[in-house]
Amino acid sequence: MSEEILNISNLHISVEGTEIIKGLSLTINKGEVHAIMGRNGAGKSTLANALMGHPAYSIESGEISYNGRPLEELEVFERARAGMFLSFQYPSVLPGVKVGTFLKKSIEAVRGEPVKQKEFRTQLKAAMQLLDMDRSFLSRYVNDGFSGGEKKRLEILQLVLLQPTLAMLDETDSGLDIDALRIVSKGINQVAPQAGCLVITHYQRLLDHVKADYVHVMIDGKIVKSGGPELAHKLEEQGYDWLEADA
Amino acid sequence: MSDEARDIVGDYRFGFHDEDKSTIRFDNGLSEQIVRDISTLKNEPEWMTDIRVKAYHHFIERDMPNWGNPEILNNIDFEAITYFLRSTDSTEDDWKDVPEDIQNTFDKVGLREAENTWLGGITAQYDSEAVYHSIREDLESQGVIFLDMDTGLREHPELVKKYFGKVVPHSDNKFAALNTAVWSGGSFLYIPKGVHVEMPVQAYFRINAENMGQFERTLILADEGSSVHYIEGCTAPSYSSTALHSAVVELIAMDGAKIRYSTIQNWSDNVLNLVTKRAHAMKNATVEWIDSNIGSGLTMKYPAILLKGEGSHAEVVSVAYAGQNQHQDTGAKVHHLAANTTSNIVSKSISKDGGRSTYRGLLQVTPKANNCRSKVVCDALMLDQDSRSDTYPTMEIGNSTADLEHEASVSKVSGDQLFYLMSRGFNEQEAMGLIVNGFFEPFTRELPSDYAVEMNKLLNIKMEGSIG
Repeated sequence: MSEEILNISNLHISVEGTEIIKGLSLTINKGEVHAIMGRNGAGKSTLANALMGHPAYSIESGEISYNGRPLEELEVFERARAGMFLSFQYPSVLPGVKVGTFLKKSIEAVRGEPVKQKEFRTQLKAAMQLLDMDRSFLSRYVNDGFSGGEKKRLEILQLVLLQPTLAMLDETDSGLDIDALRIVSKGINQVAPQAGCLVITHYQRLLDHVKADYVHVMIDGKIVKSGGPELAHKLEEQGYDWLEADA
Repeated sequence: MSDEARDIVGDYRFGFHDEDKSTIRFDNGLSEQIVRDISTLKNEPEWMTDIRVKAYHHFIERDMPNWGNPEILNNIDFEAITYFLRSTDSTEDDWKDVPEDIQNTFDKVGLREAENTWLGGITAQYDSEAVYHSIREDLESQGVIFLDMDTGLREHPELVKKYFGKVVPHSDNKFAALNTAVWSGGSFLYIPKGVHVEMPVQAYFRINAENMGQFERTLILADEGSSVHYIEGCTAPSYSSTALHSAVVELIAMDGAKIRYSTIQNWSDNVLNLVTKRAHAMKNATVEWIDSNIGSGLTMKYPAILLKGEGSHAEVVSVAYAGQNQHQDTGAKVHHLAANTTSNIVSKSISKDGGRSTYRGLLQVTPKANNCRSKVVCDALMLDQDSRSDTYPTMEIGNSTADLEHEASVSKVSGDQLFYLMSRGFNEQEAMGLIVNGFFEPFTRELPSDYAVEMNKLLNIKMEGSIG
């Protein structure tokens, strides 16, 4: 039997009084990868940020349950502690906060208990090897002076270390060259079997590396079409126009 | 602790006090007689008495500074202050001989643990005088002199006479005059030629009695090619009445010497902290002020370095935290008086809960000083709308070969930063703690690791009950 992680029904979300998500439903079970594709402004990032609890996005109606529990009850940090993770499209710079310190504190915050240094080191080493990251990353300040690719890699490093139940990836592939894309995909693939994954992307190419079970097309705040990986290929060839005509 | 006391103490961990068991406590108030009595009690040479009396008269005549925080300065009741209080009859070199409550106090502030693990020597001053002093034998055998200033004057009068008041004359400002008149305690540190003191030495200044004025006087001489790291820490009980801390610190780094002076100032907020710190750097010498101001109601302090010798270097890294009812008016002054001198100034301030921070800096390059380089970075972080931050950088550049950089920024914690951190499991307070720890990192990375950890904890406590 499939294990339900996220259930969204008829969700409406607005930002500063403007409705962005206009009646969206989606169910994600454990072990499933759902890709959401769509043009800029379709509401993809709004969905991910609202699910994580960004205060700028207000949920006007509809229901979201996470692990069988109403999501609205949880504050942002409680969502993280309950196993939700968002890989940011534009992660914040934290001047003076070293990556190593940040990662350890974050794991401790999410788990709610101290982590032994030795255990942390072992996990970190394995994860950094997987993502082909140099140790020198650890003594840099979080995202400070990072290239776009380095930022995304650090997001995926956190994904791997935090082992979330629901992993949301907001355009993690954008701006990555093909090597970086492959590496980032390794991280996602490692986490995917134990989690529900929501992958937001513009491009089909990520899906060459990360196998999506479902592809959803989002237009103007709604999922207008769902299908398998073949849908992504069709979008790549034909664009969104054929769907917009129906929408 | 009574509830009332707890209310006053709030989140300040060091606000407790011991019962006043002083063996000598002068009546409150200041007069020439009080000044003479201090000198007599300490059995000082006549020249020191004369300096004190002269300084006293200068203090009386000298105008109060009309900048910083005149409102607070003009309301200081100098008659309500105790100018001298002796807690124990002698400075001990074994903690067993120090009264138990005083031992416990220095235990609670963490000094004794640091002494046992990584310091080369300490002086523990309690109100007016040192109650305990130690120095590692290997330092002593290399000729390092580390004493409280009173003992320093008794045992090395020639050295003291030669340098006392030469870097900060009594006429420098009203509070330097006051300190010179009534000084008591502080450190006297001499490092012989070529000696590198590997372990830091520390002085801890604790105010205990109510209405106390603490006026320590510190003189550090690093002889040619020597180096030393001196640390000072300070805390005080929380009282509703004002205490005054007015120190003078004079450093001389001779040719090729290096002095690092680190301050962890965490006075209770009833303390007015009005301090003059200045250094002379001779040829190829380096002076570093690593200065933090976390506590006190008002601090006015601008560590200065006169780059007197060619090739000398000045480094000032300072942080200030201004919370409720606090004004940190701090900064740095660097005077490039010789050629090929360099300086680097980093100043960071945080204001929260209506606190006020002011950066006041001076960078001077004199006409003769060719090819000087200087970089000044001033960053302010405001944690709420009620707080205030001002920057007054002054530059007097008299030589066109100078290479100068100046950067200043005022920032707020962004909603995006908070959201990012909270999405990684940190609650709001923990997120703020990480952000302020990061903001002060250029300072804390300069501290010995134990103190860096303490500093970060202290800032995290300050973030409790943060932004709503």
